Amino acid sequence: MIVSIANEYSVPVSEVRAIIDFYHFLSDKKNADYHFYFSNNIIDKMAHSDLLVLQLGERLNSIIQQDPSRVCLDETSCIGLADHAPAALVNGRPLPALNPQSIEEVAELVALGRPLDHWPAHLFQVRTRICRRSWLLNMSLPPGESLLSWQTKGSATILQELQASQLRGRGGAGFATALKWRSCEEQHSGEKYVICNADEGEPGTFKDRVMLSEHSDWLWEGMTLCAATVGASKGFLYLRAEYAYLLPQLETSLQVRRDTGWLGAALKERLGFEFDIQIVLGAGAYICGEESALLESLEGKRGIPRIRPPFPTISGYLRQPTVVNNVETFIHAAAIISKGSDSFLQLGTTQSKGTQLLSISGDCQRPGVYEYAFGETVEQILSDCGADEVQAVQIGGPSGQLLGPQSFHLTLGYEALGGSGSLMIFNHRRSLIEVVNNFTNFFAFESCGFCTPCRVGTALNQRMLTRLHLKQLRQHEIQLLEESVRLMQNSSHCGLGQSAGNSILNLLHDFPETVEQLLNTIGDDNEARLVQALQPAVQLRKS
Amino acid sequence: MSKAKLKILTSSLAGCFGCHMSLLDMDERWLELADLVELVRSPLVDTRSQSRCDIGLIEGGLCNEENIHLLLEFREQCKILVAVGACAINGGVPALRNRYSVADCLEAVYLHGLNVTQPQIPSDAELPLLTDKVYPLQEWVKVDYSLPGCPPPADAFFQLISALHDGREPDLNYVNRHFD
Amino acid sequence: MNKQIIIDGEVVTYRPGQTLIQAARESGIYIPHLCYQPGYHAIGSCRVCMVKVNGRWASACTTLAAEGQVIDNRTLEVDAHRKQIVQMLFVEGNHYCPYCEKSGECDLQATAYELNMQEDHFQHLYPHRSLDTSHAEVWLDRDRCILCGLCVQASAEQDNKHLFTLGGRGTATQLLVNSSSGQLGETNISAADEAVAVCPVGALMKKQSIYSRRSGERTYDKTPISKLEFKA
Repeated sequence: MIVSIANEYSVPVSEVRAIIDFYHFLSDKKNADYHFYFSNNIIDKMAHSDLLVLQLGERLNSIIQQDPSRVCLDETSCIGLADHAPAALVNGRPLPALNPQSIEEVAELVALGRPLDHWPAHLFQVRTRICRRSWLLNMSLPPGESLLSWQTKGSATILQELQASQLRGRGGAGFATALKWRSCEEQHSGEKYVICNADEGEPGTFKDRVMLSEHSDWLWEGMTLCAATVGASKGFLYLRAEYAYLLPQLETSLQVRRDTGWLGAALKERLGFEFDIQIVLGAGAYICGEESALLESLEGKRGIPRIRPPFPTISGYLRQPTVVNNVETFIHAAAIISKGSDSFLQLGTTQSKGTQLLSISGDCQRPGVYEYAFGETVEQILSDCGADEVQAVQIGGPSGQLLGPQSFHLTLGYEALGGSGSLMIFNHRRSLIEVVNNFTNFFAFESCGFCTPCRVGTALNQRMLTRLHLKQLRQHEIQLLEESVRLMQNSSHCGLGQSAGNSILNLLHDFPETVEQLLNTIGDDNEARLVQALQPAVQLRKS
Repeated sequence: MSKAKLKILTSSLAGCFGCHMSLLDMDERWLELADLVELVRSPLVDTRSQSRCDIGLIEGGLCNEENIHLLLEFREQCKILVAVGACAINGGVPALRNRYSVADCLEAVYLHGLNVTQPQIPSDAELPLLTDKVYPLQEWVKVDYSLPGCPPPADAFFQLISALHDGREPDLNYVNRHFD
Repeated sequence: MNKQIIIDGEVVTYRPGQTLIQAARESGIYIPHLCYQPGYHAIGSCRVCMVKVNGRWASACTTLAAEGQVIDNRTLEVDAHRKQIVQMLFVEGNHYCPYCEKSGECDLQATAYELNMQEDHFQHLYPHRSLDTSHAEVWLDRDRCILCGLCVQASAEQDNKHLFTLGGRGTATQLLVNSSSGQLGETNISAADEAVAVCPVGALMKKQSIYSRRSGERTYDKTPISKLEFKA
């Protein structure tokens, strides 16, 4: 198969293999009739996903033994359903909020060989939980409103207004949106591209999924506004493979836009420029959320982050000037241009204007999407979502920060807590080492493997955290762990490696009692470790 | 040279004794060292003192339970523990088996080995059990210094011991710093 | 017109467009490096050439020289940092220096000597990697591969054969051979290929020419790589 693909696309066989090995959802074997991917984020684990996997495995064991091509039980990094944990995908479709009953039901359907189309709809039902609305989500944004504004005012004014709004990217890095657009607008050669980064891979984050489900038209508006402003005629939505089930409704909403004259050829007559959007699916690689890795992926390569500069606005997709923004950023841009930046500027803090969407999950009564003005305290947010006895929160996903109660007075915003929109909550019954261990496994699995510190560091951290979890790590090895993380922070090629150890340092520095209890004091557990190391030889001697 | 003699322990765990041979290669410099050090527990001498030592020079990695018990004992006994040679530092040649399971290794040798007449995996209780893989010393205890090489040159031992005796931080000059 | 930067207190001139490592090299200043070699595109993956530019870490092979840069290169802090990156490369693979045919001629080993590395520091990963001896002239031992990508470039651009790709991800990243079986034996690689010559470690080796120099007489036995860098 690999050879025929290589021939078809006239690429070396090794390139095809390289791609297949890189992306988690690609394989050189035929997919099983029912291919399950259980989300292995800590939030899913806390909701007992492991037990459900076991349950399903037991129920389907005889089928799998008989014919492995029928069922495959696999796991994958967070699938963007932390508000519906525990969750899984089956052949790309979501199975949210699983429980022992629904697992029984699923097992039954698989045993019967029932096609997915004939499974009861409630199994796939993802509910939208928008729990708090503010500036953005209270808005009504009629199609074309910001585009008409562009038509009246022109690109220069649009860029000025965007700049005046001080809008910053909502994908995590927080780069000024106006600067990005202006830099691309100023390029005078080549075909330009507008790309929406919908590779929402940061575990615990799902607000982009909700926006794509509920407000895709706002996104198309924002992307089209950007295209008009910078002079691009082609746009891409890079959609993570985990959200492939949104594809039909997204295609429909694009078509509605074309039919109503706000996209495609009709735009030419109406506003004097042409622009259309194509949806491209990822294939299971967290790193592709990094914009230059995303561009590589879009070009059909492994998602290895590029050397920057040059930045994408100068040399992006196919080395042409390209704007890459997050879903929420495009939507904010459209809203600001439609409604003006005054009301936006009234919200937020000095360096972080407006509002932000937060994906809230974990130990709270009301998980879901919350819109907050920057400047809100963690404490208030925890109270709003009904979180009691909170031991710690992870803000901004695994690459963000692990905060204990001493830090709950901190406020949302680029100044302190960064700009990425997720909050995972852990109450006093949770084991923080399990949490950080989970994140560490995630990074080891998702490191692209390009640069030494991240490739090796994530693997070393994974081993050390596992040993810490098992109370096998000695005091002096904590230093090794810190050195590995520092090396990654200072020397990694991209943000993944630079931030992958954040929660480890948080654990070591901010939760000393937890770490103290986990450390191996001399001799303590050497016996246990030795028993483990001798296990295979003992087995052999017995047999 | 009026300082007390350093008490030294040496041992070969999962090693080939090559490092000990290199230690002997110091030849006449041993006469010089005799004023500085005393071997209190070593295969090179007859004494097996359990008393506290200043320096433990440990050759070889860890391939069985006996190696590990001894190493833990050495760590307790020695103020300064030195990993001597490639095997102690990274497992060395014995660690080649780390790509195979214990069962595969034993079966390859005792069941399917050349000229094996009575195939059986030895199971005498006196024989130490093999560990799941070969470990370097640092994975089980804190190692204070390392002497790389296979074996480390005699001069490297001399540099290390005289530095520790004089209270200097040990270091190796370029020609003594090699991994083979 | 030539412009200037400062490396470890020394004034170094550069031409616009030059990277730090290129500018340093022209002035006879050694910045440790593995995945970068003169004549090749810098990809910046090994991170051994990390320097501090006005207090901030940067890879010297991908950072352009610019007016006003004050660079720490061979300081204790920077070299200690590099040593740990080299140690990471050592624990990641299976580097059996004692019997490796490349010992004494190996850039990884020589860089370790240069940085005064005496032990491996981190936990060994002992990966299971495959060996390819299927070709008559060349063998590929992935145990020793540091994923620098130089052979990928050399084979594509200098040998015009496109025989290699880096594939997979994370620690499962590996050098893939462009043939339907994935084996070297099926390719037209030759011992004279630049892809073989450029390998800084013992991953791609010519058969029948090993152990040709005695210990003590090999390239790096007596002379550090930092000195040899500027010899002819």
